[in-house]
Amino acid sequence: MKELSLHILDLAQNSIVAGAKLIEIEVAESKKNDSLTILIRDDGKGMAADFAKTVTSPFSTTRTTRKVGLGIPLFEERAEMTGGRLSIRSEPGKGTELFAEFGLSHVDRVPMGDLAGTAFLLMNSNPQLDFRLLVRVDEDEFMFDTRQIREALGAEIPLNSPEVAAWMMESLKEGIESLHGGM
Amino acid sequence: MKSLKDLEAIRQRTLQDVGIRNDRKGTRIVIGMATCGIAAGARPVMMKFVEEVANRKLQDVAVSQTGCIGMCEFEPLVEIYAPGQEKVTYVKMTPEKAARVMSDHIVNGQVVGEYTIGSVKK
Repeated sequence: MKELSLHILDLAQNSIVAGAKLIEIEVAESKKNDSLTILIRDDGKGMAADFAKTVTSPFSTTRTTRKVGLGIPLFEERAEMTGGRLSIRSEPGKGTELFAEFGLSHVDRVPMGDLAGTAFLLMNSNPQLDFRLLVRVDEDEFMFDTRQIREALGAEIPLNSPEVAAWMMESLKEGIESLHGGM
Repeated sequence: MKSLKDLEAIRQRTLQDVGIRNDRKGTRIVIGMATCGIAAGARPVMMKFVEEVANRKLQDVAVSQTGCIGMCEFEPLVEIYAPGQEKVTYVKMTPEKAARVMSDHIVNGQVVGEYTIGSVKK
């Protein structure tokens, strides 16, 4: 995967499968600390301690169609290649929090890619779930929360109805591009 | 800049549309979005479907995602569930193929045989 945003899409799928109702994604870039961090937090079913310890191994997976799962191992490798790290905190019944740190200017750091498109697709294809996206570039911040949109729209209108979808895509694009220098 | 206030107008317009169309049962476009699908290029395929649905203002078509469908070598995989029809599985999808499936299959009801799993799997 050539973009960090594709990894976010992949990892959020784990949260969806875990039965999350709210998925929070935070991406923060700090030139001062030369770091890029990605946090994905969900309120899904969580993992037992012994399974959580094994998920960075390719031979650990919950999928039933194959015996390998590469999502988390590849993401961890991406982080470690840039002098960063990956950590996972999980509690059964409470949810899971996955945090990764990357060296921002490291030559091996793959680009963020289309974060707006990724966030949009997650929201649009899972209209029954809530997402909160926070993007920070140095002191600048953009926040997008589907709970606010739901409240403004009322219960009868799904988040994936065409005009709402177009509005969400535009808002995400504008919001992320408006941050200092973009993402 | 977009603002949450825009949503009130969208709400009014959409409520009218939903009122007209709520007697129809919807079509579902499901895209495999596990690691294998994403790595094979599922995101642009999904984006194409979503854009097409929005541009054509199709209130009764939903695009959704699923995990690994189990035939990773044929990713990106797309499944179409249309009312009264058997499920159709399209393989090795691209945004260009997605546009054709949208116009031929979703809108006009003609399955694009050459993109289906049946055309590659014997």
